[in-house]
Amino acid sequence: MSESLNGKGLRLVPKADGKQTLKDFKSDQEVRWCPGCGDYAILAAVQSFLPELGIKRENIVFVSGIGCSSRFPYYMNTYGIHSIHGRAPAIATGLAASRPDLSVWVVTGDGDALSIGGNHLIHALRRNINLKILLFNNRIYGLTKGQYSPTSELGKITKSTPMGSVDRPFNPISLAIGAEASFVARTVDSDRKHLQSVLRAAAEHRGTALVEIYQNCPIFNDNAFEDLKDPGTRDDITLRLEHGKPIVSATKAVRRAANGALPGVDRAAGPEEEILVHDVHNPDPSVAFALSRLDEPAFQHVPIGVFRSVDRPAYEDLMNEQIERAIAEQGRGDLRELLLSGDTWRVN
Amino acid sequence: MTKQVRQLDRVIIRFAGDSGDGMQLTGDRFTAETAEFGNDISTLPNFPAEIRAPAGTLPGVSSFQLHFADHDILTPGDAPNVLVAMNPAALKANLGDLPRGADIIVNTDEFTKRNLQKVGYDSNPLEDGSLEQWRVHAVPLTSLTVKALEGFDISKKDAERAKNMFALGLLSWLYNRPTEATIRFLETKFAKKPEIAKANIAAFQAGWNYGETTESFSVSYEVKPARLAPGTYRNITGNQALALGLVAASVRSGLPLFLGSYPITPASDILHELSKHKRFGVRTFQAEDEIAGVGAALGASFGGSLGVTTTSGPGVVLKSETIGLAVATELPLIIVDVQRAGPSTGMPTKTEQADLLLALFGRNGESPVPVVAPATPSDCFDAAIEAARIALKYRTPVFLLSDGYLANGSEPWRVPDPDELPDISVPFTTEPNGENGAFLPFKRDPETLARPWAVPGTAGLEHRIGGLEKSDGAGNISYDPDNHDLMVRLRQAKVDGIDVPDLEVDDPTGDARVLVLGWGSTYGPIAAAVRRVRAAGGKVAQAHLRHLNPLPKNTGDVLRSYDKVLLPEINLGQLAMLLRARFLVDVISYNRVRGLPFKAQELAGVIQDVIDSE
Repeated sequence: MSESLNGKGLRLVPKADGKQTLKDFKSDQEVRWCPGCGDYAILAAVQSFLPELGIKRENIVFVSGIGCSSRFPYYMNTYGIHSIHGRAPAIATGLAASRPDLSVWVVTGDGDALSIGGNHLIHALRRNINLKILLFNNRIYGLTKGQYSPTSELGKITKSTPMGSVDRPFNPISLAIGAEASFVARTVDSDRKHLQSVLRAAAEHRGTALVEIYQNCPIFNDNAFEDLKDPGTRDDITLRLEHGKPIVSATKAVRRAANGALPGVDRAAGPEEEILVHDVHNPDPSVAFALSRLDEPAFQHVPIGVFRSVDRPAYEDLMNEQIERAIAEQGRGDLRELLLSGDTWRVN
Repeated sequence: MTKQVRQLDRVIIRFAGDSGDGMQLTGDRFTAETAEFGNDISTLPNFPAEIRAPAGTLPGVSSFQLHFADHDILTPGDAPNVLVAMNPAALKANLGDLPRGADIIVNTDEFTKRNLQKVGYDSNPLEDGSLEQWRVHAVPLTSLTVKALEGFDISKKDAERAKNMFALGLLSWLYNRPTEATIRFLETKFAKKPEIAKANIAAFQAGWNYGETTESFSVSYEVKPARLAPGTYRNITGNQALALGLVAASVRSGLPLFLGSYPITPASDILHELSKHKRFGVRTFQAEDEIAGVGAALGASFGGSLGVTTTSGPGVVLKSETIGLAVATELPLIIVDVQRAGPSTGMPTKTEQADLLLALFGRNGESPVPVVAPATPSDCFDAAIEAARIALKYRTPVFLLSDGYLANGSEPWRVPDPDELPDISVPFTTEPNGENGAFLPFKRDPETLARPWAVPGTAGLEHRIGGLEKSDGAGNISYDPDNHDLMVRLRQAKVDGIDVPDLEVDDPTGDARVLVLGWGSTYGPIAAAVRRVRAAGGKVAQAHLRHLNPLPKNTGDVLRSYDKVLLPEINLGQLAMLLRARFLVDVISYNRVRGLPFKAQELAGVIQDVIDSE
């Protein structure tokens, strides 16, 4: 199943000559995350999924900011930049805009992407640069040892908020949809199959893809997503988003209320045919936005999968089109002619 | 009536009016006519940051000063011989700069009671005798223009707006300028509004004819063409020259140019200019902020482009962290800082040289960055190529320190032959440089200490760089104390070892005991002052620093070989402090920070005082 509408994400990236394996994508660096960190599972999933894309490894670049997740590029045997806090989307933008033959991935966290780097994130999304942004959301600051983050729940008790945090969190999916993102998805670190299917759809999407990955921090925010993983609760609260299928968990469903809202309700409360059917390509973002609100409050029902995938021109394609058009209309630039442009005069 | 034509060797004209009166355009056109005629030129636009300050007020006055001559000149001139004042505010704001006997052309239509009150004139200066020491030409510019355009199908407002072209026509007559180019210019500018085009041309011609017939002007003037070196010339501002220099650097390096920039005065014109040159493969990215501008440029450099960011002081501060990343990752990057008056927002449209220490030291850690500073508007072209050369050869960020005076000022530029520009291409690394096919991203060239530049898409050279300290050679993350000490010293040694030409000293008699040193845009005023002092029999040597980091190897020797070293700067002595620290030379610092360039006469006095104190 591909959730990607345009399937052109890798159109300009050269194909690999032979078969590549997971081993090709592992760097020789020792992985230094804490034992039990969700980042290990994500790293393994990415390393084993990338060979499937069949693109040249040397044309893949991972760009990260600062934070635990941002060590990611060092462990990938591709090109990579471990940059500065919050700025990965900006740096990746220049790279992707100037090199359409690359597959550029941004690895970021909730603090990196949504706090210090919030501005770059929303502008990358609205521009629709061909970047794949993996937002590892553990709802805590890990590398600085346990302060609340912009996705921590209200009232969170941490080192910097001993009486509980008083700022309301961002919902990354709502934020991305509000910022005109053309591809928005959510997945979970522990569900490798789902994670890889979402990454594949993101890779094939031409434009910015934002993938929120719920990621467990065993040291500072353990079990933050336990309800989504525990076999006792998992099937009840996880609403699987699949294109063309009703949005349901084992016991819950999304139905349109009389006032137009899209609440999660008991699945048995009405006929199955009245359950909302997911359309990832709906040009109107309001339904996807409503779905993004379903995890509030407190994870009673949480949609997982691709919320939105619509076809919109990628920034670098438009940028390159202008360059090609300028050359087609006026010819390739000639330096002598340029320097002599304007009013000139001769002195003999 | 046949009017007399008098010969002059140089003239300084200042056009002044309301921000909405089109003074910059008028000045630009007079400059173009004068350039075409073959005079040497230097210009100084001076305008408020407010786009349209309240009409008729002192803060809303915009001016354009032009110095033209039959010989080579170095500055836009200290004081105008002619002031064109479009309203009472323009007269009041500029009168203080006018020497006795200068000509004032005023638009009498604007000298109404209300307009006079707005700027605090109790009585009309045109009538109360307060302008007796100047030659006043009272011209009803607005009503004459409106009258000349009676037959045109345009609004009264559009007719009134053409008064700047009437003034231009009058000045063009007064100085016998060629007019064809201005007529062509107006036809092109108003191509979509032919009636407005015709009206402006008519106003321009009416101004010329007025000069020829009115008794208010009994003499017209001629300034013969200057004897410049043979070649093809064009008039160019610093920002234009800098933009063209970047395009030339792209062509001569064979690398596509990528500009990441956020609009800021007075640097935005470089973004505007480069965005026109897509035919050269130039990519201009208007970022969401200053940080994204430099970030995108650095990302493009990683991908093998010539990455550039353009800004002014406040933007440099925001970019500092990314410049530090460029130092650590050792990637080429050009940071153009068109300096303006600070601190904070300061005076955005006014010039200053106070970002030198910011460029040199404004980052965390030991973070050396080369600095190049152009000396004149046209020198911005060569300085841009030089900055690119250093960035590419040594894989380092480079500061290009222009300023508001260079950015907007203009002068004739002898257009170079592109084939004679330096070849600044550097090869990408395409083969492993370690044992068993390994790639060591921090294994340096033994001569330049530059690290290899391997770009994504190169098979077998996949590697990771970043802001964390890296081990020498292999480039893995390293917290080893000795490795850090080594890397800090290697980065410094790389910048210290950059090949910059020796500092040249101009000392015609060879026995001067006083050296005047400068850097950046003070070149013109210092050189003009030195000429005056020498013309009066004074002995003085002059040297100008183009490379501020590293300094030329002979800098210390030059400084120590004079009894006295005078260093004028438009800051509170930043380079002076550096030279004192580096060379233990008792540099005499001369500083003015008025948002304006030095005046030649003022500096000549300072130089003479230093000579006399010997």
